[in-house]
Amino acid sequence: MQYLLMIYQNEAEYAKIDTGTSQKMSAEYEAFTQSIVRNGNFKAGDRLRPTTTATTVRVRDGKTLTTDGPFAETREQLGGYYLIEAKDLNAAIEIAARIPSARIGSIEVRPIWVYDK
Amino acid sequence: MTPTDIDKVFRDEAGRALATLIRLVGDFDLAEDALQDAFAVALERWSVCELPGNPRAWLVNVARNKAIDRVRRQAAFRGKQQALLHELELNAQAPAEPPAMLDDDMLRLIFTCCHPAFASEVQVALTLRTVCGLSTAQVARAFLVSEDAMGQRLVRAKQKIRLAGIPYEVPEPDALAPRLDGVLAVIYLVFTEGYVATSGADLMRPDLAAEAIRLARLLDRLMPDRAAIKGLLALMLLHDARRAGRETAAGDIVLLEEQDRSLWDRAQIEEGSRLVDDALRMPGRPQPYVVQAAIAALHARAPSYGQTDWPQIAGLYEVLVRINPSPVIELNHAAAISMVDGPARALDLVDATAARGGLDGYELLPAVRADLLRRLGRKQEARDAYAAATAATQLEPLRRLYARRVREMGD
Repeated sequence: MQYLLMIYQNEAEYAKIDTGTSQKMSAEYEAFTQSIVRNGNFKAGDRLRPTTTATTVRVRDGKTLTTDGPFAETREQLGGYYLIEAKDLNAAIEIAARIPSARIGSIEVRPIWVYDK
Repeated sequence: MTPTDIDKVFRDEAGRALATLIRLVGDFDLAEDALQDAFAVALERWSVCELPGNPRAWLVNVARNKAIDRVRRQAAFRGKQQALLHELELNAQAPAEPPAMLDDDMLRLIFTCCHPAFASEVQVALTLRTVCGLSTAQVARAFLVSEDAMGQRLVRAKQKIRLAGIPYEVPEPDALAPRLDGVLAVIYLVFTEGYVATSGADLMRPDLAAEAIRLARLLDRLMPDRAAIKGLLALMLLHDARRAGRETAAGDIVLLEEQDRSLWDRAQIEEGSRLVDDALRMPGRPQPYVVQAAIAALHARAPSYGQTDWPQIAGLYEVLVRINPSPVIELNHAAAISMVDGPARALDLVDATAARGGLDGYELLPAVRADLLRRLGRKQEARDAYAAATAATQLEPLRRLYARRVREMGD
């Protein structure tokens, strides 16, 4: 099965961490990504720019409306994702728990909707 | 056989038959529907002829064929269903499975219903519905929600099993211990729900305490080498054995010190005590349920409140404070200390723990302080604490108890 692992953490707090910690985090992310590539679980993954760069788009009555910022103001913000292939939810949870941000933020695990052919 | 007899067979076999069917057909809903079909056939057949030698195997067999029929009947065969049908037919030709496989099915079902990806009340509802075989209406009554609402909740949970890929399996050895803790927590929740709810007037309400004990017995039989399971089973048996003495006919609480001990179920106390001994002899770190059960056994076997082995109870609470600290444990520890070293020493302990913030927001704190102050003869402080305790609880029987204590103190 495929799962999207969405990485949520508090941007404002994460922006305040020192260079050493941030470098260590990057190294951990690199090692984690390589491990899931090696195990054949990795499908895709990216880090996102902060929500200060976000634009939310709606179309109402044929008119495109844009607003500055994310769809919802929440305590933690979507900061990145992995798309993985895993045997079942247990395997997906095990991988999600190894994402470095799981220790400071949270990871939402969602199965990908598959349409019957 | 009479319909009542047949109903009893269904009740006894439903959980285990369903557990095996889910594995065979790979789908919760299909397995449930097919089992209902099989029950309908059985009801007709068994009322005129004899019960088959192995009713569960019979039910599983008929239900599996019903499942094949159901999939066949679906108008358009698509790739997936074709494959499922093929697999089902292959399975149907396979020779009978060894009993160990069937035991594993039951564990698979229990661990799936108690998967940590579900909220705990969903775990409890799923377990009652599928493992214990309660009807949706009965589960709804246990949760005091409408049958529709509970039906919806169960449907969503079963969808999540399928769509999110929750595996139908017993966890791997390295994940087993925390997952087993989760299962035991669910069983204990079922029990405490039933334990508190026995005062309810609704006779149709299922006896949840009995269901919890049945579940723990089953789990103990399936996994006999786990001290925590034996401990939980013992704890529930020992609490349940004292049920008859806990309450007056009018629904008033009878305190442990005032209970008529001849009302307690001696045989059940003996069974619980034997389990505690077995669990204590098993290797490994002390398990919270085992220590709690050991305390319950000391209470249950004491000839009177005064002749209870308070020093040993206080010692066991000290162990619990260390391995499984919580406000309830801290306060019970203090209560035991009050019987060994006196209420003054216990009050110091409670106030010191409260000052550390260990009892924040715990509603029984004023009640425990009130009792200690009353025993110390500090009447005005005791009255104030009882007033605070009364304000802190929603339970009428507790309020009546506090009022009685204040009356008994006099001026």
